[in-house]
Amino acid sequence: MENTKIRVALAGNPNVGKTTLFNAITGSRQHVGNWPGVTVEKKTGIRSYRGYDIEVTDLPGTYSLTAYSLDEIVARDYIIEEKPDIVIQIIDASNLERNLYLTTQLMELETEMIIALNMCDLALERGDKLYIDRMQEILAAPIVQTVASRDIGINELLDRVIEQKYNDKYHGREIGYGDIIESKVLEIEKILLTDPELSKRYPLRWMSIKLLEGDRNVRTKVGKSHVSAAINELLASIDQEEYEADIADKRYVAINAIFPQMCTRCNVRMTKSDMIDRVLTNKYLGIPIFLALMWGAFELTFAFATPFTDMIERIFLWLAVNVTSRLEPEWLASLIGDGIIGGVGAVLTFVPNIFILFFLLSLLEGSGYLARAAFIMDRLMYKIGMHGKSFIPLLMGFGCNVPAIMATRSIEDEKDRLITILVVPFVSCGARLPIYILLAGAFFGRQAGTVVFFMYVLGIVVAVISAKLLRSTIVKGKPAPFIMEMPPYRVPTLRTSIVHMWDNGAMYIKKAGTLILIGVVIIWLLASFPWGIEYGSEESYVGMMGHFFAPLLEPLGFDWKMTVALVFGLVAKEIVVASMGVLYGAGDSPEALTASLLADPAVTALSALSLMVFSLLYMPCVATLGVIKKETGSWKWTAFALAYGIAVAWIMAFFVYQGGKLLGY
Amino acid sequence: MSEITLDTLKPGDLARITKMRVKGPARRKLFDMGMVAGSEIELVRTAPLGDPIEFQIKGYHLSIRKEEASQIFVQKIE
Repeated sequence: MENTKIRVALAGNPNVGKTTLFNAITGSRQHVGNWPGVTVEKKTGIRSYRGYDIEVTDLPGTYSLTAYSLDEIVARDYIIEEKPDIVIQIIDASNLERNLYLTTQLMELETEMIIALNMCDLALERGDKLYIDRMQEILAAPIVQTVASRDIGINELLDRVIEQKYNDKYHGREIGYGDIIESKVLEIEKILLTDPELSKRYPLRWMSIKLLEGDRNVRTKVGKSHVSAAINELLASIDQEEYEADIADKRYVAINAIFPQMCTRCNVRMTKSDMIDRVLTNKYLGIPIFLALMWGAFELTFAFATPFTDMIERIFLWLAVNVTSRLEPEWLASLIGDGIIGGVGAVLTFVPNIFILFFLLSLLEGSGYLARAAFIMDRLMYKIGMHGKSFIPLLMGFGCNVPAIMATRSIEDEKDRLITILVVPFVSCGARLPIYILLAGAFFGRQAGTVVFFMYVLGIVVAVISAKLLRSTIVKGKPAPFIMEMPPYRVPTLRTSIVHMWDNGAMYIKKAGTLILIGVVIIWLLASFPWGIEYGSEESYVGMMGHFFAPLLEPLGFDWKMTVALVFGLVAKEIVVASMGVLYGAGDSPEALTASLLADPAVTALSALSLMVFSLLYMPCVATLGVIKKETGSWKWTAFALAYGIAVAWIMAFFVYQGGKLLGY
Repeated sequence: MSEITLDTLKPGDLARITKMRVKGPARRKLFDMGMVAGSEIELVRTAPLGDPIEFQIKGYHLSIRKEEASQIFVQKIE
């Protein structure tokens, strides 16, 4: 027999343990996707419990349900339009007052509600007294105490979900806004009631309140109705800004009236967190500690990842050798050996790094430090036209641009996020380092270290200038205001961090894997045909492309071989080195490649430097392009990232090469 | 008693919000975060580079930039 399905939505403020509760309920049966039409992440999961299939949708964490951000619109539209059977609001028991603000709005959506009072242990530990029965009575909703990080209260919560589905003992309590507002609410409701379509679909009281608040999104919902003219006339006669302030004010007044009955001795200071912050955000120590932590995170990433990376490299090398020597016919061996195994192997060597990077990011987020990082860096970022929250994604870019762009999801403002996504590719990722090591090592001798360092600095400078440039041209406007909760420090939940790592790592493998496989096959075809030529030689299509594009790149000091290597590098930048190996007939030996580069009169120290600059900037690799498309949801911006990168790279390399020549190098 | 703006408080100063003059989308967000007239607010600390500023309000900690803080009027509570 088929289980009965119950649809549950999880709502709540950020930093209240929503994700932890979601993981505790659904375990590994999760699906991560996007909300239709927007780039906000949607997570759903199913839990079979006592003969029911409880389908849980994790709504974005929000403080309110206005039209302020996409997250808030997504959350409330899901509740209104999809009408889940039950909405669970997760409330941080140690921060009742502000959490109840969302409750007052959820109740206006006239949905069945259950409140999960999370982190009760922390609240009780610091001496809060919670009166659960009284709370249940006042809010007229069932309340379950949970400690999601230790799986406490989860079954009870699910029991309540089933109970509430069949027993509507509780109806939720809506708050009153006082004479003036309420009479206007009634007036609007009366008008809305004349449209049966609207009254069937939406809670009218909620709609009236939102209209009074000047909610644009709700106004569009009414826009098509025949009542829209009457509504507009009524709204034009009042001072909406005044109403907006009043309504928010009345909500907090209502909370102030009920809150002391639910909890006494609450609102004590977060002393422990305060003490930690006295050090971590200290005027003098804050920045050094921040930099040290970030440096440590990178060291840790590479220390943990190196053994795995080496292993993956060895496996793929072994595969390439064995497959190529055994497979028939030769072209197939070449496709699989040179193309697929080489290309995919190059990408998979990044997987350990990416998994650990995501794991550490999640730990930082769960501990509460990520908010402090934004707090510390905001001033600096604001100066270059970005938001404090942009800093961590940019920093992650040094590891790999793909997770860096995925990490921009924490930036709410669309423009702030877009700018960050567009400048991340200039941050020199790990895949570019082998190119510098080869070229700087070959041509700059003892200065090699300085040259490599210069490349990293150049990447940062170009990113900063680009951000400023974008702000004053196509993405006009100031960065979004910095209005951010500093959550109390907590011990991060291991399970949440592992799930986060797994979800994002799997996404990287899927995305990068597919795109790079396609890229690799195309490049292989171009390098192998026309039939009968040597792989990647001058006569191949890719060689012809090299000759075709060479005049364009000649002012930068590149010959056709370098051009071909750059074409290969579109798939993944570290392939530039491998393909130079092929083109110079040096195979996999770096010493042989260095020797043949030095012997080639077409490659000078200056053109090598120019090639490094070009490789750094010229374009995001296909995996990065793929993730830019996914995260911006726009081909236009993806194409822009591509074109802008190539333009910047060309100009910079031109200046380096021609400038160097003028100076007599 | 004289009205001052939020950004002129010193760490540890306690005040009551009298008027929220921030405009634009930030206005709504600040209301939602508890920055309504009548709320008690305390300046906790300033970021190492001097901006933003961290406050305690409604039992939790909130940071905003000086730019917004200078549009919020308060009365100091002694």
